Amino acid sequence: MLSKRLRSVLYLVVIAAVVAFGAHAADTANGARYQKLGHAIMCPCGCNQLLGECNHVGCSYSDKMRSQLAASIDRGDDDTTIFRAFQDEYGPTALAAPMFTGLNQFSWWLPPIVLLLGIGGVFVVVRRWRPRAVAMPTPATDPHTLVLEHRIRMETGGDLRRETRGDSL
Amino acid sequence: MPVFGSFSLLLALALSAYTLLAGAFALRQLAIRGRNRIPPERLAETARRAGIASFFATSAAAFALIWAAFTNDFSVSYILHHSNRALPGAYKFAALWSGQEGSLLLWAWLLATYGFVLRARHKVDVRLTAYASTILAGVQVFFLLLLNFAAPPFALVQGAVPADGFGLNPLLQYPEMVIHPPMLYLGYVGFTVPFAFALGALMMRYPGEKWIHITRRWTMVTWLFLTCGIFLGAHWAYSVLGWGGYWGWDPVENASLMPWLTGTAFLHSVMMQEKRGMMKNWNVWLIFSTFMLSILGTLLTRSGLVSSVHAFAQSSIGSWFYAFLFIVLAVCIFTFILQRDHLKSDHKIESMVSRESSFLFNNIIFLAACFTILWGTLFPVLSEYVQGNRVTVGAPWYNRIAVPIGLSLLALMGLGPLLAWRSSSLRSIRRNFVLPSIAIIATAVALLAIGERPWREQGSLYSFVAFSVAAGVITAIASEFLRGAHVMKVQTGKNVFAATLLLIQRNTRRYGGYIVHFGVVVIFIGLAGSAFNRSTEQEMDFRQSMRVGPYTLVCQGYTQDTNPNYDSEYAVLDVYRNGKKVTQLAPEKRFYVASQQVSTMVANHSTLAWDLYVIYAGQNPDTNRPIIKVFLNPLVAWIWIGVVIVIIGTLVALVPNLTTVLSPARARQPAKKPARQLVSEPATLRGGD
Repeated sequence: MLSKRLRSVLYLVVIAAVVAFGAHAADTANGARYQKLGHAIMCPCGCNQLLGECNHVGCSYSDKMRSQLAASIDRGDDDTTIFRAFQDEYGPTALAAPMFTGLNQFSWWLPPIVLLLGIGGVFVVVRRWRPRAVAMPTPATDPHTLVLEHRIRMETGGDLRRETRGDSL
Repeated sequence: MPVFGSFSLLLALALSAYTLLAGAFALRQLAIRGRNRIPPERLAETARRAGIASFFATSAAAFALIWAAFTNDFSVSYILHHSNRALPGAYKFAALWSGQEGSLLLWAWLLATYGFVLRARHKVDVRLTAYASTILAGVQVFFLLLLNFAAPPFALVQGAVPADGFGLNPLLQYPEMVIHPPMLYLGYVGFTVPFAFALGALMMRYPGEKWIHITRRWTMVTWLFLTCGIFLGAHWAYSVLGWGGYWGWDPVENASLMPWLTGTAFLHSVMMQEKRGMMKNWNVWLIFSTFMLSILGTLLTRSGLVSSVHAFAQSSIGSWFYAFLFIVLAVCIFTFILQRDHLKSDHKIESMVSRESSFLFNNIIFLAACFTILWGTLFPVLSEYVQGNRVTVGAPWYNRIAVPIGLSLLALMGLGPLLAWRSSSLRSIRRNFVLPSIAIIATAVALLAIGERPWREQGSLYSFVAFSVAAGVITAIASEFLRGAHVMKVQTGKNVFAATLLLIQRNTRRYGGYIVHFGVVVIFIGLAGSAFNRSTEQEMDFRQSMRVGPYTLVCQGYTQDTNPNYDSEYAVLDVYRNGKKVTQLAPEKRFYVASQQVSTMVANHSTLAWDLYVIYAGQNPDTNRPIIKVFLNPLVAWIWIGVVIVIIGTLVALVPNLTTVLSPARARQPAKKPARQLVSEPATLRGGD
């Protein structure tokens, strides 16, 4: 049996380890989030670069914005709140991509819709163009035809469909 | 010299207008079999010669501007604003395209050069060339009107002439800027030629597909120029802008990518027309769109419609471009409606699993990519119009929308060439797809085994898919080469390398195309590396060190330098790996005296595994200590290697087939017993241009 004091020490060690690990994990998570959000906000100084990539020493915006971003993350604000705060302060061009609101949703949805419509269109066109099988009156019992068919099967390995390989480019 | 330049431009306009009007009149007379005092054939010939003369007049104007730059003639406003006495010679030459008026003159001169070559080679097909020459002259007239009336490059400075110029934009003072814009412009302008041929062929109801044969090399060379221009621009951005990347989805970058995408789609789908007489409507509209997107690209760069860090020369000439685009679109639609019965397909697609459908899917994906980029570029304008505020559509949007489209294109690039024309049997699909599928699965498993976790974030997922699919596509390409080389080896008895070389020579177009595809896969591998980019920033004093990945950087000091053009401040950093010094880097910050602007010069230690990319970001204003920012960018070198492979592949595809070269010589010789290998050669190995 462990003594009461030893048990207390062990508890403290475990709690300290959990707190330290938790803090480290939170730091790591916050660091990753800072990186992610820093690449979703534009630096408005005119360099046309993302906040996380603006490398202008003495830039009148990026240092301040980075501090604001770090503070918001430490406060535990969610992404939308942070984006809205930046948008309110620096204007709608502060975000590197439109948010999923109003007309902006259209910017996200239209290209995939166009692609899907295009692919669907190809399927429809090919199906419409593909020559339909027409029942032809074949003299199945004609011994000459049967011999010929047998010979074709033997020579083509059973595949009667035409197959040609040509140039790729 | 400014007077000489202005006169040359005016003369070029008069000659081009004559080429357009006389050419159009002569062609109309020929079409309706009308007769005038001057026979239409002679009138068409005078138009052709005027077109040739306009090349010399435009060249004289370009020469006059370059001369003015080299002689520091600051009485010319353009030279005053884009040059200075201390500017090195190469950049004085580059001043020709560093501003709006100069770059429009470059457009006009390149167009005149293409026109000169086209008109000099008119015997290929006199009538079709006459149509193309007239259409080309129409485009030329537009640019010469701009140069004479809206953006004159020889406008003089009002009042006293300053002793020195304001200098060239520092961002443009980099070796690649001497060749990047001309390459890009060669690409943009070059698409005017296939456009002119396509429109001309449609106007005259040209029988057959010969116009495609005539324009094939034009299109490929143009495409190659545009490809080189785009990647030179990417390399310039990587080396000069100093943010650690090479592509920022900037509107001007997008403007160059859009005609490239439709041009690439055209290069693929035109094969359907050549081989099977299909997709004629589609091809005509693809080349029309490519030309119009080239003009739109220039409009975006010049008009200030969208804000861009690359728009070095903005002004109010946008309305001219809108009008021109409208006229071009109207002419294209009108001609198409009038002649659309001429564009009926000879054949139809027989199977969903065939080379034809793969081309169709490939085209759809290319066009979807083009639409996505156009949509992303113009959405801020639309948003401002509808919502009253302009939004930014930047890298996160493109990464989410455009990258998956690019990856599907990568997959199709491996899939398409494995399918047969008309229809593929299940057996052939099984035979051709087993190895690539194994390669994809094996690569995916290997990536998981070495610790890649695609579900963690978007970048990891993209790179995981890109690496796996790239392995499959490379396997598919390699198996195509090996299969053909094996047949060739059996037939000729040559070793595998000689057999492969002979295989390529026999069908340069097909195997050149495979090499291009391989190059594109290598580029994708390089791009996929960006998911693992790392960066760090530190204030570094003398002897302080910084660690990034396997490298340790030790600061050896900071120093300053000065020359007539700029003052510079740079850090000297020793780079160690495993305790051994591998290189010394000197990232630099420059202050250009004439323009009073600052520029970054990146120091880069590039290896096949990664680039050690170092920026001297300047001094911290609070501590006065220098700041060094370091990026470790994996696999970037493969992007540039991939571009070289693409260039090699395109050049191979441009070389005539060995059999095509030999056949006229054989025809002149008395008939001999044919060599065994030529008799027994399978159809798949014969050249098919």
